Amino acid sequence: MSLLSKLQETLVCLKAGRVTLPYPAQAGPVPETFRGRPIFDAARCIGCAGCASNCPAREILVVDVCQEIRILQYLGRRCTYCGRCADVCPEKAITMSREFETATDRIGDIRQRLELFMSTCQRCGRCFTEPSPLEQLKLKGYRFDDVQNERWIFRSQAYLTSEAAVDDISIDLD
Amino acid sequence: MLRNLCQKMFGRSLWVYHANSGGCNGCDIEVLNVLTPYYDVERFGIKLVGSPRHADVMLCQGPAMRSTAKALQRAYEAMPAPKLVFAIGSCACGGGIWFDSYSVLGPVEKLVPVNFYIPGCPPRPEAIIYGVAVAVGLVDKKVAPVTFKQLEMPIPRYHPADLRGSGELIVYEKAEKV
Repeated sequence: MSLLSKLQETLVCLKAGRVTLPYPAQAGPVPETFRGRPIFDAARCIGCAGCASNCPAREILVVDVCQEIRILQYLGRRCTYCGRCADVCPEKAITMSREFETATDRIGDIRQRLELFMSTCQRCGRCFTEPSPLEQLKLKGYRFDDVQNERWIFRSQAYLTSEAAVDDISIDLD
Repeated sequence: MLRNLCQKMFGRSLWVYHANSGGCNGCDIEVLNVLTPYYDVERFGIKLVGSPRHADVMLCQGPAMRSTAKALQRAYEAMPAPKLVFAIGSCACGGGIWFDSYSVLGPVEKLVPVNFYIPGCPPRPEAIIYGVAVAVGLVDKKVAPVTFKQLEMPIPRYHPADLRGSGELIVYEKAEKV
């Protein structure tokens, strides 16, 4: 009786088959939505340091070594791969790769360092601040030209009547 | 050198001891996942033991915390002499997302010497197996520190002195790359 049950157990075990993944020899597929370590692209980075101010683990350090060179260093020790740096990057210079094989014996191996030239004013040679987001909206995205009245109209106010719109505008064409 | 030492010392099998010094349990679950039939690490002779006195390797999860610092150090001292410490997860590698909290001392390397780091929050079971495989010398590590440098100024510098007027057209003679 017990021998029969052992045979039955063997059959069950044989039917289950082999489920062990042959991992270190042969890598399996990574899920589409998996976020691995971020990869920084120096060619696209403009050095705005938005990633550094958004990183919840404070793992991206930014320092200006001189007037024109800014160093951006990703340490990655306590990075949780949340992807907020990639989210906030305006130039899409950070991509969350699907690379997870980052085991190392020295923690400095997962460091990435960008040395960037920062643009300076061509007349005075100093760095200049960009226009604020509100000013940028005013400058390009948010208005259209009203040819009939020879005025600029902000698009947020374009549903208003022409008289009301004219009262709001303080910018004149040259 | 460390790899040669590992191969000499741990040639047959690693017995791992699993120490959580205040993590969120995510890495523990991934380590347990490594021991399931899907990622069967007993292929490599790795076995989970319940006492640090039987262990060769301590898997540290969670940051070094004020309340568990002494216990972690005592567990490390209880392990017999050729011993390795693996830091698994972002907390153990660098202090975790609450690195500046009052109860967190920092990475576990502040308390015990760490030999291998497996970053990730939590690391995939494959990543843990990869770290162990790097440690026993089955595969090579893939990461290296990266430095990108912009060698040229991306925008040409403008010199007003180089403007040359020729009739109606004003020509800018040289655009110097910095």
